[in-house]
Amino acid sequence: MTAPSAPLRILVIDDEPAIRRFLRTSLGAEGYRILEAEDGAKALEAFRRDAPDVVVLDLGLPDADGFDIITHIRGAGSNVPIIVLSSRTDETGKVRALDLGADDYVTKPFGMDELLARLRAALRHRLQQQGERPIFRKDDLAVDLVRRIVTVRDVEVKLSPREYDLLRLLIAHAGKVLTHKFILREVWGSETDVQYLRIYIRALRQKIEADPERPQLIQTEQGVGYRLRAPD
Amino acid sequence: MNDDATGKRPSPDALLEQAKREGRGRLKVFLGAAPGVGKTYEMLMQARQRRLEGTDVVIGVVETHGRVETEMLTKGFETVPKKRIPYKGRVLAEMDLDAILQRRPKLVLVDEFAHTNVEGSRHPKRYMDVEELLDVGIDVYTTLNIQHVESLNDVVARITHVQVRETVPDSLIDRADDIEVVDLTPDDLIQRLKEGKVYVPQQAERAIRHYFAPGNLTALRELALRRTAQRVDDQMLDYMRSHAIEGPWPASDRILACINERRDSRGLVRYARRFADRLHAPWGAIHVETGSSSRLSEKARDRIADTLRLAEKLGGVAVTIPADDTVDGIIGYARDNNVTHLVIARARRPIWVEFLRGSTVQQLVKRAPDISVHVIAEERKQAARGDDTESESGQIQFPALRAYLMSLALVVAALGLGLALQRSLGISSVSLIFLTAILGSAVAYGLWPSLLACLVSVLAYNFFFLPPLYSFTIADPDNFVALIVFAIVAVIASNITARMRAQAVTARQRAKATEDLYLFSRKLAGIATLDDLLWATAFQMASMLKLRVVLLLPDEGTLAVRSGYPPEDVLSDADLAAAKWCWENNRSAGRGADTLPGARRFFMPMRTGRGAVGVVGLDNDREGPLLAPDQRRLLEALADQAAVAIERITFERDIDRARLTTETERLRTALLTSISHDLRTPLASILGSATSLRDYRRDLDDAAQAELIGTIQDESERLNRFISNLLDMTRLESGAVALNAEATDLADVIGSALRRAGKVLSTHTVSVALDAALPLLKVDAVLLEQVLFNLLDNAAKYAPEGSEIRVRAEVAGALVRVEVYDEGEGIPPADLEHIFDKFYRVHAADRKRAGTGLGLAICRGFVEAMGGTIVASNRLDRKGAVFTIALPVPAGSADQHEIVT
Repeated sequence: MTAPSAPLRILVIDDEPAIRRFLRTSLGAEGYRILEAEDGAKALEAFRRDAPDVVVLDLGLPDADGFDIITHIRGAGSNVPIIVLSSRTDETGKVRALDLGADDYVTKPFGMDELLARLRAALRHRLQQQGERPIFRKDDLAVDLVRRIVTVRDVEVKLSPREYDLLRLLIAHAGKVLTHKFILREVWGSETDVQYLRIYIRALRQKIEADPERPQLIQTEQGVGYRLRAPD
Repeated sequence: MNDDATGKRPSPDALLEQAKREGRGRLKVFLGAAPGVGKTYEMLMQARQRRLEGTDVVIGVVETHGRVETEMLTKGFETVPKKRIPYKGRVLAEMDLDAILQRRPKLVLVDEFAHTNVEGSRHPKRYMDVEELLDVGIDVYTTLNIQHVESLNDVVARITHVQVRETVPDSLIDRADDIEVVDLTPDDLIQRLKEGKVYVPQQAERAIRHYFAPGNLTALRELALRRTAQRVDDQMLDYMRSHAIEGPWPASDRILACINERRDSRGLVRYARRFADRLHAPWGAIHVETGSSSRLSEKARDRIADTLRLAEKLGGVAVTIPADDTVDGIIGYARDNNVTHLVIARARRPIWVEFLRGSTVQQLVKRAPDISVHVIAEERKQAARGDDTESESGQIQFPALRAYLMSLALVVAALGLGLALQRSLGISSVSLIFLTAILGSAVAYGLWPSLLACLVSVLAYNFFFLPPLYSFTIADPDNFVALIVFAIVAVIASNITARMRAQAVTARQRAKATEDLYLFSRKLAGIATLDDLLWATAFQMASMLKLRVVLLLPDEGTLAVRSGYPPEDVLSDADLAAAKWCWENNRSAGRGADTLPGARRFFMPMRTGRGAVGVVGLDNDREGPLLAPDQRRLLEALADQAAVAIERITFERDIDRARLTTETERLRTALLTSISHDLRTPLASILGSATSLRDYRRDLDDAAQAELIGTIQDESERLNRFISNLLDMTRLESGAVALNAEATDLADVIGSALRRAGKVLSTHTVSVALDAALPLLKVDAVLLEQVLFNLLDNAAKYAPEGSEIRVRAEVAGALVRVEVYDEGEGIPPADLEHIFDKFYRVHAADRKRAGTGLGLAICRGFVEAMGGTIVASNRLDRKGAVFTIALPVPAGSADQHEIVT
């Protein structure tokens, strides 16, 4: 358990004052400290100066390319979690942002609960890099990562090696979205046909979901990838 | 314009002329009596003066003929380079009309007004080029010798014994703004000739000597001066008319020249022109078409057409009228048009014809005592033209051999009959039988076969019936007289009958033409589409005129071939150029016309009162002119009818288009109103709730506040859905839907759609039934999810709360079917297709939750973009609707089980 530390600092990069306002209000109420930047130049300046713990970035900035900012931050060697705000039909933008190094995304218009969930997931992952937790539990699923045993409602379920690798990857990034490409690279070693991924996800769902047709654990982000819901 | 106290008004014609002049360039003609008087020199001098005054002057074409002084003057002028035209293996240079038009000077110098252009030029004559230049407003200076003036051509020929073939129509010279006579006394001119300063083309020395004889030169000089003086006179009259100055107007005379196929008609026309000039009277030329005209040869017909064209060129009105009798026709027309003078050439007919029928002249004189008849002397025989081997009266077509044989057969039949009946009848009755045969052959075969029948009958009658029988001698003098009388009667009767027959033939032809025109007109009235109309017109023209026809209509700025009979699509460049010129200038062009005569076809504009609507092109395989005068009239009638019909259809089309535009506008306005309402409604709720919250927060308890906040959230999400739908629809409409088709798991998509629609479906029960072995589909998962979401949203809207919404997916052969069932009211059968229309909403009595009406339209758009289909139907098991999406299974789609194991 991590001890409560100094309030985490969130850098909000968005040109729209109304959005900054409500983010300031609710994130502040959650105990975060807010830094604001309204354009790309000011954003990079704030990043350099104040070293925030999380970045919330709107992809639709007028003067700068959101992708450039991501590249810049990652290029400077920083691992700070980045959540991007994107628009509804921009799947390619989301995938690209994730490939460039963003951690997750939220689609506008969004509710605060969604954003907060993503923030927590992203931070948890970072904090967890000090060491994996041995047992993952969510709803009816329990996975012993040390002994490689998967149980659903306390009944053991047999997974093929590939299926287990896939599940383990999802658990390692629980709460965060993973692109198809990323998953294929990590589990299959190369970016082969998405077809395989689909089949395996379906098989996995059949085995661990209460209702495979209305999956609650493994969620599809259409056009982007998959997300395992995290225990909160 | 003066309108002084006496109330006189300027003549409207004169004013019109004046107005027309304003837009045109000014033409100045330097007129000389003979070559060498210094016209070109004078022209250059005056042009130089204009240039010094600052006018933009260029040289179009100036022939210096090597004269040094003239050459010197051309220096310092900008010369437009000549156009090179290949002709029969050589390259000749002509004035470049297009280059001058492009250069657009204020004034251009064009030497030798009467020059004939090389074949391949746009116009056959240089004066036509000048007309084009004047039309666009460029001033022209030009030079001309008196012998080139059309109406004086024959007079000059008589004086100089040299026939000059290049002529310029008088109308053009009359229209010139200035004529300046460049005059030199005969002595001076002869002196110059001796000094070698005069250019003469290669001709026999004797001819030159005669041409430049002092007497000749004096006569020519007088001609030139007189012609110019007459023009001054005219100008004065114009001035007086346009300023309403009363003058001693000559009595209103009108002159009519009566022409026929004889060669001297041309001279007659020229005479008429000069006569008309002298009297300052309008004039015209008339040709009467009678029964015998149909027997004229092609050459004769051409001559008539030629002569009529000449009359028009000289400024007269040319008419052709049909009539039974020449004299009747002339007098009828003359009376109708207040003709006061008739001009006719002296006839040279056989005496016996004149004796029997009286010459035309005598008839005219007798039957029109109120009209002066001028009989013109013959011209001297001109130099014989090579191809002329005809007699003066023109060649008459001879009927076929068959007609003669049939006539003989008739006579033989009469003979047989006579021999058979001779015992009961007297020989005088037998002669009547022969007469019947003669008249029969006159009716059936015309004049000459019947005359043959006469001859044979007489001989047969003599041989077989007059004693002594079987010999050609006649014993009884009575019989001899009877025979002679018989012969005479037979000839006269057959002549009259033959003439009547010819008239009947002509009348029948004319009646047929009229009938055809009438039927054509009725047919046109019933045609509704343009293509049908053009086809019918082309066909009609082709069959009535026996020519090949193409019809061209304007199409986005250029002319295009729209129809033809026989069908033809492509015109050669020359033909296209002629067609374009015809269209742009609203005048005939092409084969046989004045402009671009090198084209294969003759083009004529089809006109209505409002202007030209198209161009008709005609062609045949034979040489020579395309149309006889009566055919020309027929063509014009057909073209006029077609033009009116084309205009009508064009109008109808325009009306339809206008109506459609109005309709579309109306629809668009209605849509905008509807969308505006649908978007504003949730906004109203949001704004209302927010302001209520702000203003009354202290007075509201937690539950009430939560409710308002809930409203704000719900309505915002609803607004989000509306806007998404609108955006999707816009994307579909503008074709900006980029399909990202990948191997997709249908269950996956259904699952995420259900998740997304979770809130909307919270008031219903949802059941899912998917086939176990659904293949992967090659579709865009994002779009498909949106489709399913829309269907679920739709079902939730129209099904009562608590009812079941079911999703099913199954494989059916080469397709995968996804169905969404609801337990609502169902859809009226008439609307099953319409619900997929944009903005369509089935009117339910209680509209619980209105949508934009776009959801289903988007479903269809996306599904069809992915290669599938979507249909709506009513449930068979109970009340409710079912939407069925069918998507194709891609070939080689793996069944997932195979890969996993």
